Amino acid sequence: MATKAYRKIYTKLESITKATVSLRASDVSNEELAVVGGRLAQVVKTRGDIVTLQVFAGTEGVPTNAEVTFLGAPPTLKVGEQLAGRFFNAYGEPIDGGPEIDGEERQIGGPSVNPYKRRQPSELIPTGIAGIDLNNTLVSGQKIPFFADPDQPYNQVMADVAMRADVDKIVLGGMGLSNDDYLFFRHAFEGAGALDRIVSFVNTTEDPPVERLLIPDMALAAAEYFAVDRNEKVLVLLTDMTLYADALSIVSNRMDQIPSKDSMPGSLYSDLAKIYEKAVQLPAGGSITIIAVTTLNDGDITHAIPDNTGYITEGQLFLRADSDTGKVIIDPFRSLSRLKQLVQGKKTREDHSQVMNASVRLYADAQNAKTKLENGFDLSDYDLRCLEYAKDYAVNLLSIDVNIKIDDMLDTAWKLFAKHFSKAETGIKQALTDKYWPER
Amino acid sequence: MNSTGKVIGIVSNLVTIQTDGPVAENELCYVYLGDTGLLAEVIKVNGDKAFVQVFESTRGLKNGDRASFLGRMNEAELGPGLLSSIYDGLENNLATMEDIFLRRGERTEPLDRNRLWEFKPLAKAGNKVVAADWLGEVMEGWLPHKIMVPFSFTGEYTVKSVKEAGAYNVDTVIAVLTDAHGEDIDVTMVQKWPVKIAIKSYLEKPRPQKIMETGVRVIDSFNPIAEGGTGFIPGPFGCGKTVLQHAIAKQGEADIIVMAACGERANEVVEIFTEFPELVDPRSGRKLMERTTIICNTSNMPVAAREASVYLAMTICEYYRAMGLRCLLLADSTSRWAQALREMSNRMEELPGADAFPVDLSAIISNFYARAGMVVLNNGKTGSVTFIGTVSPAGGNLKEPVTESTKKAARCFYALEQNRADQKRYPAINPVDSYSKYLEYPEIKEYLEANVENGWVEKVLTAKNLVRRGKEANDQINILGDDGVPIGYHISFWKSELIDFAFLQQDAFDKVDATCPFARQKYMLDLLLDICDRKFDFDSYEDCRTYFKEMINTLRQMNYCEFEGEDFDKYRKDLNTLLQQNGN
Repeated sequence: MATKAYRKIYTKLESITKATVSLRASDVSNEELAVVGGRLAQVVKTRGDIVTLQVFAGTEGVPTNAEVTFLGAPPTLKVGEQLAGRFFNAYGEPIDGGPEIDGEERQIGGPSVNPYKRRQPSELIPTGIAGIDLNNTLVSGQKIPFFADPDQPYNQVMADVAMRADVDKIVLGGMGLSNDDYLFFRHAFEGAGALDRIVSFVNTTEDPPVERLLIPDMALAAAEYFAVDRNEKVLVLLTDMTLYADALSIVSNRMDQIPSKDSMPGSLYSDLAKIYEKAVQLPAGGSITIIAVTTLNDGDITHAIPDNTGYITEGQLFLRADSDTGKVIIDPFRSLSRLKQLVQGKKTREDHSQVMNASVRLYADAQNAKTKLENGFDLSDYDLRCLEYAKDYAVNLLSIDVNIKIDDMLDTAWKLFAKHFSKAETGIKQALTDKYWPER
Repeated sequence: MNSTGKVIGIVSNLVTIQTDGPVAENELCYVYLGDTGLLAEVIKVNGDKAFVQVFESTRGLKNGDRASFLGRMNEAELGPGLLSSIYDGLENNLATMEDIFLRRGERTEPLDRNRLWEFKPLAKAGNKVVAADWLGEVMEGWLPHKIMVPFSFTGEYTVKSVKEAGAYNVDTVIAVLTDAHGEDIDVTMVQKWPVKIAIKSYLEKPRPQKIMETGVRVIDSFNPIAEGGTGFIPGPFGCGKTVLQHAIAKQGEADIIVMAACGERANEVVEIFTEFPELVDPRSGRKLMERTTIICNTSNMPVAAREASVYLAMTICEYYRAMGLRCLLLADSTSRWAQALREMSNRMEELPGADAFPVDLSAIISNFYARAGMVVLNNGKTGSVTFIGTVSPAGGNLKEPVTESTKKAARCFYALEQNRADQKRYPAINPVDSYSKYLEYPEIKEYLEANVENGWVEKVLTAKNLVRRGKEANDQINILGDDGVPIGYHISFWKSELIDFAFLQQDAFDKVDATCPFARQKYMLDLLLDICDRKFDFDSYEDCRTYFKEMINTLRQMNYCEFEGEDFDKYRKDLNTLLQQNGN
């Protein structure tokens, strides 16, 4: 860049908050990066000659005479094949002791794909987990979060899904990961011998929270390189998006914005959508699939973060501890894959969607029976059978430790139906019961 | 000479411009990033400072960058070729863009300038005409697309000449009109209209006269929407809003469908333009895409253009309405548009209303819904715009500003319910809370009496009441226990389940069940009411449950079969056998 030769240094800050600083400066462009007292910052507002910068590392110890230089460009990532197998921080700098990436420098948070150029997702991503494959089938190009309480093993489940998924590259975006979880991912990837197809961008709890804001865009810039330039199938893992949203609210709060629901910024929906909508099936065969984690506060999905997420993503996978069986299950009521009908019965067996619906409906009957039981009422024969079925269903299909093929899941479900119910009680189309109902 | 200006402040996509002359509220301008003009709209003026919302990313913009005002508001370009197209909120044709990614500042023509249309004159020299009168027509696929006197023309004109029949492109002058002062004005096939202003070039807007069929039982029979009516679908995520809207788009009894994907998922738009060119409209036999236009501002596209997208969609509907067509506008979701308003209001540091939404939200929403309706055109023919919007209430709580404002404006309310969705009872429209005000309209009642049967509305209300009574009975059973209530409570509950499973629920993914014509709806409702009219006798609530479950299963099998086909009749007979065992 020609302008690089001469850079003006400013040394007088007008105001400082925990996350932002303001100063008088000229010729500054919107979203441009700057360095404030050695820390990276980004322009978020200009008014007259007053420029407000968001300081990613926080402003602790920044003096009013800190040196400020503007870098002339928004945040970038160097992309190339060498990204594979590497670990980076939120600025795209290696943290694994390896060399700098020598590649093309690209702006992160770039433009969106023309909707007309997208293709309809149609490739099934099998995970072996019946709570996903049977009830909430994943499709490449989909975006879907796990909704889980902080004590659920969501990172483990996500790592399992990633290792089993048939994809070319996996990009991990870790936001506010505990050091233990960071090492868990590292070991899981190394143990599976999959390190060469994984790129990781990690911000741990030891790093400043505002830095997290860069992680999803970094991860997705890398994903877009592999999916668009290399036509590869890319799976992006984002954990934990709740911490990302918390960082957003910190910045908006420091900028005196009026908060909307749950003290989140009014733009939360658009901010999250910009990330999740990067999931895409491209015409040339490449795809980006996003699996994220949104941690909940005591299962509350009406909080602004999960609520906005649910309206953006193509379903959600709800993790819940099942007290009847002691298993962690994928809750069939609250979980949903919106794209499942694109593959169910098309890429899988014809009975898939009817079996899924019937099994969930009967599980709902079991919940009603349970309520009755808890309220001290007598149970009917049907209620008792439902309760037995529910246990079998939770252990053999809903539990996250299940790892079988989809046809086996369907066969298992038919066996459970035959064990506990009559054909009429399942309400499945007769053509299918004629064909699949197991003989005793 | 239009004003120009200089950028003096930037917060996200709100840019402040120091102007050198007059600017109008809602006037468009370009803010220049190098040579690329980013389109923006004036949303507030203070002294010589104009606050503009930029429709694209403002990354890289600097204070001091120049701006030039265009002297006009955001206008839709209207003419043959709109149908089957896919536009962004500013009417750029997305299909003719080359890149995979949307490039900033890229603009494409809404209408194909070179395509030739077979023109046929309808007016003659010497005719007196006013705005929206038909001058000629071209065949836009199957549709006789009227070329009209532009809506912006006021007063009476005399036709001086009309082009003879032939093939012309849209920019050809097809008529010359003389105004009251004797001045000649050229008219082409294209006209422009500011999207935020309602097109009112018609004689009158009477009350709705008939219902619009959707093939969805719980809508058509229980809560019908009128042709030219308004309705809205609020619901938490995962309750089937999108599936329901797509079902209405596929099956709705309309000539033209405009779908505004406003701040929603891109893959949902992909689904439409992948499937609609394949699917056939059973009423016309044509491909669905031939009657559909998509306006697409997905959630990752510029926030400021969300508002523009719903107005553009409405303007296109009003344009086709003026040709005497029945148009259906589906907007998913109006909450995203409201949120876009909130983001801007927030950046302008306005005093917020409830939930930080702007205080005039309610007025904006009701103004928009008011643009729907059936109208009588200058030539006595009728046209209509039916509008159904979805609302995405935060946390599924219907006591929030967008839902409440919409409830005041829309006449039909289709409340999607989490509980029903959890139980996979789709469509998850709550049968008790939902309503259609049109059932109370004498005009609609008359229409239903004449076209369905005498006493139809009473039948519907009877069925609704059975569902309500069943729900109450179920509440009692839950409180007192299965044994704690008389058997009649169980029978009452299972009668409501019968109506729920066999009528209210409908499988949108089953070829046969997905769409249910009115004749079939009437057959099923008659059958169900006949069953519910019978007296049943059971020894225990267990027997009652088993018996009704069997009946429900048989009725559901009927729903999956070709109407009055062989299988259908077989299940009908099974049902009769069941009814002979009990019930008289």
